[in-house]
Order: sequence, then structure tokens, then C-alpha cells
Amino acid sequence: MGVVTRVNGPLVQVSGLSEAAMYDLVDLGPDRIPGEIVGIRRDGATVQAYEYTGGLAPGQPAAALGVPLSARLGPHLLGGVFDGLLRPLTGAATWLGPRSVNVAGDQEWRFTPLAAEGDHTEPGTPVGRLDDAGALPYLLLSPGGQVTAVRAEGRLPIGAAVATVGGDQVGVTTSWPVRRPRPFGDRLGETVPLITGQRVVDLLLPVARGGTAAVPGGFGTGKTVLLQQIAKWCDADVVVYVGCGERGNEMADVVQELSELTDPRTGGPLARRTVVIANTSNMPMMAREASIYTGVTVAEHFRDMGYHAVVIADSTSRWAEARREFASRSGALPAEEGYPADLASALAAFYERAGLVRALGGAAGSVTIIGAVSPPGGDLTEPVTTLTQRFARSLWSLDRDLAYARHYPAVSWTESFARDGDALAAWHVRDGRAAWATQRARTASLLAEADRIAALAEIVGTGALPAHERVVLLGGRLIREGLLRQSALSPADAFSAPDRTTALSGAVLDVIDHCLDLAAGGTPITAIEEHDYSPLLRAREQPAARVPGLRDQVLAALR
Amino acid sequence: MIAPVLEFAEVTELTGPLVVLRGVEGVGWDEFARVRLASGELRHGLVLDVDEDLAVVQVLQGTSGMTRSGTRVSFTGSPLRIPVGPGWLGRVCDGRGGPLDGGPPVFGQATAPVGGVPLNPTMRRPPAEPVLTGVSAIDTLTTLVRGQKIALFSSAGLPHLELAAQIAAQAHTGTEPFSVVFAAMGLTHADATAVRDTLEERTAAGELTLLLNLADDPVIERLLTPRLALTVAEHLAFEGGRHVLVIMADMTAYCEALREVSAARGEIPARRAYPGYLYSDLASLYERCGRVRGRPGSVTVLPVVTMPAGDITHPVPDLTGYITEGQIVLAGGGAYPPIDALQSLSRLMRKGVGAGRTVPEHLDVAAQLLAALARERQARELAELVGESALTPADRRYLAFARAFREDLLRQRRDERRDLDQTFTRAWRVLSALPRRDLSLLAPDTLDVHYREGS
Repeated sequence: MGVVTRVNGPLVQVSGLSEAAMYDLVDLGPDRIPGEIVGIRRDGATVQAYEYTGGLAPGQPAAALGVPLSARLGPHLLGGVFDGLLRPLTGAATWLGPRSVNVAGDQEWRFTPLAAEGDHTEPGTPVGRLDDAGALPYLLLSPGGQVTAVRAEGRLPIGAAVATVGGDQVGVTTSWPVRRPRPFGDRLGETVPLITGQRVVDLLLPVARGGTAAVPGGFGTGKTVLLQQIAKWCDADVVVYVGCGERGNEMADVVQELSELTDPRTGGPLARRTVVIANTSNMPMMAREASIYTGVTVAEHFRDMGYHAVVIADSTSRWAEARREFASRSGALPAEEGYPADLASALAAFYERAGLVRALGGAAGSVTIIGAVSPPGGDLTEPVTTLTQRFARSLWSLDRDLAYARHYPAVSWTESFARDGDALAAWHVRDGRAAWATQRARTASLLAEADRIAALAEIVGTGALPAHERVVLLGGRLIREGLLRQSALSPADAFSAPDRTTALSGAVLDVIDHCLDLAAGGTPITAIEEHDYSPLLRAREQPAARVPGLRDQVLAALR
Repeated sequence: MIAPVLEFAEVTELTGPLVVLRGVEGVGWDEFARVRLASGELRHGLVLDVDEDLAVVQVLQGTSGMTRSGTRVSFTGSPLRIPVGPGWLGRVCDGRGGPLDGGPPVFGQATAPVGGVPLNPTMRRPPAEPVLTGVSAIDTLTTLVRGQKIALFSSAGLPHLELAAQIAAQAHTGTEPFSVVFAAMGLTHADATAVRDTLEERTAAGELTLLLNLADDPVIERLLTPRLALTVAEHLAFEGGRHVLVIMADMTAYCEALREVSAARGEIPARRAYPGYLYSDLASLYERCGRVRGRPGSVTVLPVVTMPAGDITHPVPDLTGYITEGQIVLAGGGAYPPIDALQSLSRLMRKGVGAGRTVPEHLDVAAQLLAALARERQARELAELVGESALTPADRRYLAFARAFREDLLRQRRDERRDLDQTFTRAWRVLSALPRRDLSLLAPDTLDVHYREGS
């Protein structure tokens, strides 16, 4: 038992806990505010508190619990909303005072045993299944060993035990220390895209299943909208959406939309495949720091069942800032921009928890991490942005000028990269979209050329350019407006399946090629520029089958 | 109020706005303190740090005139609470809530902690209805939505206070009960008088509370003023069922006060010497906006930020922008109100406008106006380099469109209140300056009804 000696916001010092372990949990004061040991001295320990410490005073008790910060993993996660410590917010009090969030739950699930008494089970193989926990069967995994008891088919509450394996109980829920990666078999070498349904991403800047993507962008560049679109429409089995120090209204909005939207693959609400972790910017700061780890632990848990999980963290900058704030309060020496010196290793370790793996039980599963970065002042040279760029496989830089021009998603094609881009394009070709790789290359080169010519036009004026270059300028505009732009609000265009993406990009490229031919054949450039391309630009709102017809309408009128 | 529990005499240090006390016992972090000077004057403070028997207290009215031997500090055993209720409406008070209008002190049936308590995100109702301001550029392009927080970014010398006061005087939510809480921080006497005059009618009507912390008032008091305003507003909204607009001007002055306290405590400074927790601190204010499930009423927050040297990447506007759901940006050179439409954005607008709320084609009209303005900006930048004559005819049409936009829609008198009909009639007149084939973001049947070529 320890005693509180100092309170400075979330930084609490206690005496008498010098024999506790680093990162063990501590209950502080009469309200038993949860905290975590982050430093130990000869005469006491430094604790970061996860809730508001108002009223906590020197002399009050502090008790070490002997366990590290752990998340309770179970079938209650899918469709739920949780705080940074994975305590359910659904059903908690309207206003979150101390101890107002508690682990509870009265749900029940239908259990089917998948192993029998006497069976020998390998670690990570299922001993049972819960069927109504979400969009997918929820598997209860064996720690490995002989099954000495297993429950019969029937309904089970959250606290129940389902089997005894190798002397250990397997429960409906299990607990895992969030800062430690969950074990798996080995990493797999395949490259399969995560289909996001966003054309600029899928075509130009794709991310692989088990890959990592970072999304840096100043405020107002549409980061959150892009991430929410991916959360809704990407082809993952489970999506973990971590709102880390972001806006409460946006969290409320995403939760409501997920419950209203239908999952095209299962027909149920999208919320059933989603776990939302909400730690809004006015909730206690240090739980924000934990929420990133909690989120990736949940994703790993579903990966271990053989599912493809995506963690969307909005925003990793708030996580880094929480670490900075605490480091500053505890008097740690600041490194770059005041961040603690372990920022790079902490970020690397976080992104390394992504991967396409063979799970312990043998099934293939993946964790894809997509992290938003909020650079102060839109400065892309600040530490969190530059470090994240080093560790992420894909980078989707959001551009303020594109956003001001209401070009959404405002992903810059010049400042972004996808290190697996070519391999993922080859996957699409193998999957039956023969033109995908050439469309990708041609779109990227036309955009680059149009940018170069636009810069030239600023010096010499558009009128001084040769006809060919003016067509390329027009082509850049058609690609931007007819292909890359995508409205998150439009029910028809919010999600673009690969077949529709390839149809649209084919149509736009055909029209550009035709314009180039016309210009080469002597058609006056103003006639080409003043032509009505609106049917092509409206094709974004149409199903894939109607796109060629609209293209032909424009081509016919151009002759 | 709870009776003071203990009184401490031993002041070991006075530095900036801080008092360091020795020999305290049982005092909790963030407790409210009363500081009695040798002269008998009473001041108020908050506990920033407790370490064994030492406590650091921040004095809201500053430490001037305080002595080590003559100062008595007592602690109340709880964070600061204030009276709340409709008694605040129609009142003009100072930055700590003391009356400036000659009336009695404000009393309420209930009290509430000024720091607020975080709202459970699952209990939030997503904002979905507009607050109309009667300012055309705002109502069409960056509509305020009930429960939203949206910042007004400006620079020194621009009429942001006039615009904030015009919004405070004109804003409404149709037939539903509506009130305004205007928190002024660090205003000059001249500015404060102007704001008071503009808001006089609404104050007299009992629809507005004005809290005035002036430039020569104690700096640290500014840390309390916005919290006071939000606490009053939350009660009016979530207990009283009103839609409340909270205007906080100027947040830059607030942040400077925060920096002053941080510097006095010797904290490691972050960008531009602001404390590393500026984001969390601002979020603890702005995030108090919203709507709550199962309760009528809403709190909409409009902080006004003057960007030092017009720099939008300065920490105060930058962190504000990361927290608020959009911004209205003022830029120099234009007629009143000098709103830069392209830099301005209301993120929640898509849920708060449209059929049954404003007009059915609202979002498409706004998107088309902005797309055309973006194209005009490109053309204008080009024209500045190569001359207007080197532009294509299409580009020249966009220059003409933007002139119509500025003259017909944007420009407005400071006391002019335009309803939605007037505003959208103007918007369609402006759009009709472009050929119909350029309006690809508007549906053909909408164009059939509203588009008038060449008007």
C-alpha cells in the first residue's frame, strides 16, 4: 500500500510502491482513480492517472494491483463504443465523472462447442464459437493442451467459462496487456490490396492487407472524412476505429452512421463489424495515450481468429502529444520539438504491430494500421510526420490547396507514395481487370505532366502553349474532376468498387486520348477546350455499366 | 458554497500570478481557494500543484499588493462552482461574473462546477439543424449548426468583433427558444462599449448574457471567463431547453494568460512558448458544445481568434482549427464582412442544411459557388502574372462571376439582416453569371427552376 505525495494534473507521485513493477496498474485515492506506474525510485513511484485527479490530495492511499494495463477482449466488442481503457461507454452515465465507467454487461451469446472432451488442441485453434456477437462467428481460442471440460451448446453470459484446456479455463472474455503484441505464427509474403473504395487510394496509392498507411494533413483538409469513408467501406472483416483526442460530435456522427449503413457483404448494419474506441479531446488525456495500444490489441485479437482487421487511429499526433505532455510534467529532457526521445521507437513499435500473418492456430489473418497525423501548422517537417513517413508503407498526404478548391479526397498525388503500388496493381490484373496497371501508370504520368505545364502556364500564359500541352492541361482537369474527386455524401459515389474505378479511369483516358488526336489533326484548341464534358464528369454518379455510354456520348459530340 | 475547511498562513513564495504555500494538509488538486489580503480584500484562486505540504495556487485577480506575512489562504474542499440558471439572462457582468449593470449579484437555484464534466460521446446527438445568422456569406457557405463549434479567424485591424457582435445580435433558431452568452476577454474599453451597444437590444430582451473582461482587468481572470460562460450556457441549454450560442472573443488573449501562468510555473515551453497542454486546455472549452440525447437544447460555440501577424499556423489558431468543426476566415482588403470563402469551412453543414432545414438545393449551391470561386482564384493568380488579356474566355467569365459574388452576395451592412429567401435569391443571381454547362454540381431540374442565364 502506498501513499500519494504529489498531484500535478495527471502526474501523481506516491511513496511506498517502489517494489511494484513498471507499467503495473495503481488505484489512486478514495475514488480509486486508475493509473499506471511509469517510473520507480528508491522511495516511491511516478504514476500517470487515467482520469481527472481533481480533489486527489497528498496523504490519500494508493494501491498497486500487480497487473499491467490490460484490455478485456470478448464478444461484447463488436458494435460497441468504449473508452481508451476499453471500458464500455454505451450505457454509462451522460456526464463522465470519476468511476462512472465500469466494466459490466448483461449480454448473452449462443455458444457452439468446436472441440470435445479428451481432444488435444493446438494453441490458437478454436474450442468453441459464439454466433450472434457480430457480423462474423466469434471464435474462442485454445491456449493449447488437452480439453478436460467443455460446455454444451447454449446461451452464455459475459462472465462464463466455456472450457478447461490443459488445466486453464477458457472464458467468454480474456484479458491481454495492451502494450505487449499478441503472439502469432509467422509473417506471410503475399501482397493483397485492402480495397478502400476510394479511387485515388485504390488506383494510385493502394495499401496492402497487413500494411500501414499514414494520413498527414492540416486541419480542414478532410482527414477525418477520408478515414471515416475507409472505416465504412473498406473490405476488412473487422474495423477498429480509434478516436484519439478528436471531436465528440464526429464520434457521435460516425457511430450513428455505422448503425444506419448496411454492410454490403452481410446485409447487417456496418456497426456489427466495428469496434469504436472514443477518447475525445476533452476526456482525460492519458487514456488517450493508452487508446492507441488498446485499439491495436483488439485488432490483433480478431486477427488471431483468422480475420482481416483494420485499425484506424485518428489521430496519432494526439497520442504523441499526450506522451509529450506527460514527459514535460515529469521533467524528462525534451528532444525534438519537446517530444520525449523515445518517440521514434514508440511509433515504430506501434506500426510494427501491423502485418499479414499466419496466426497461432494456422489461419491467415491481418492487422492493417491507418494512422492520421495532424501536423501543427500543416508543417510536414515536424517530428511525428517525418517519423511516421519512415515507418508507413503508404503515405496519403492531404493538400490544403486541393481542400480549399473542394477537391475531396484531397490526397496529393505528388506528395504521397505507396511502396507496394506496383505489386498491388499486378494483383488487380490477375484478378481480371486487365487495364488496371496501365491505367494507373498513365493517370499518374498525365497528372505529373499537367502539373508541370500548369507551372509553365503561370509564367508564359495558357495562350502561349502549344495545342498538345493545352490538351494535357485539360486532361489533368478531367482526371481530377471526373476520376479522383469522390463525394463522401453521394450514396452512389461514396464507395467505388474496383470494377467501377477501372471503368471510370478507362473512360476519362479514352476521352483524353481522343482530344490529343483531334489536336494533332488540327482541330482548333479552343473548340476542344470549350466542349461540354459534363456527361463524363457526371459519370462518377453512375453504376459501372453506364460509364461507357456516357463516354461515347462525349466522344460522339467531339467529332 | 461549502464552508472553508482550513486556513493557511505560511506563504513561502509569490511569483507572477502564483502563491506557494507551506504547511498545507488534505488539500486536493484543482481545489478552489480564497485568498484574503492584509487589507481585507478577498481574491480567488485554484490549486495547480500539491506536493507533500506545499501547494501552488494561481490567483485569478493577480498577486499585486500581496505580502508574505499578510496573506491568508483558505481552501473550500472542492473545485470552483458557480450559481446557474435563467437569472444570468439580460445581465452584463465582469469576467468573474460580478455585476457591471448596477443589478444585484446573480443567484441561481443550482450550482455547477465551472470546469465542466466530459460528456459521454455515446450520449451526444449529432448536430443536425442550423443556427441562422442573417449574414449571407455565413448562412450559404459556412452555415452554423446547433451544437457545433466553429471558429472565427481574423487578424488585427479587421472587423471580427463587429461581425461577432452582429452574429450575436441577429442569430436565431426560428421559433425555438434561443439565447446568447458573449464572453469578452482582453477587450479594450472602446471595443467593449461598441459590443455593448450592438447587443443592448438583445440584452434588454433577456436573451443575452454579456461577460466582460477588459484589457486592463486582471489577466488571470481570463482563464475563468470562458468557463463561466460555458457553465451558464450548458445549464440554460441542457436543463432549460434553450439553444445557446456562446461567443468567446478573443481566445488569443485567453491563451496568453495561460502562457503567463505556465511561464510563472517554470514549465517546459512548447511552440512559441505556449504550454504543451494548450490543445487539451482549449479542447476542455470548445468540446463543451453539443446536444445531448433525450434533452432539448444545444450549445453552439463560436470562438474568435485573432491570428498574430495573420499567421494561420500560429499555435492558437492552429490548435483551435484542429478542435473546432470548421472556421470562418476573415482576410483583409474586401468590403464588410471580409470573409474569405475558400478558406472558410463548416464541417457539420452537410447535416444541418437542406430540405426542411434551409432550402433543398443548399449544399449543391454552396459547392458550386465554392468550386467556381476556386477556379476564379486560379485564373486571377494567372492574370496577375500574364495579364487578363492572356486568359481564355472561360477564365474571364469566372473573374466576372467572382465580382458578382463579392458585390451581390458577400457585401452586407453591419446592421443588415437577410433572411434565407433574400440570401438565396442573391446566390442564384450570382450563379447565373456563368453559362449553364459550367454548373456541373447542380442538378438539371434545380437549374430549370432557378437558373436565369445572363441575369
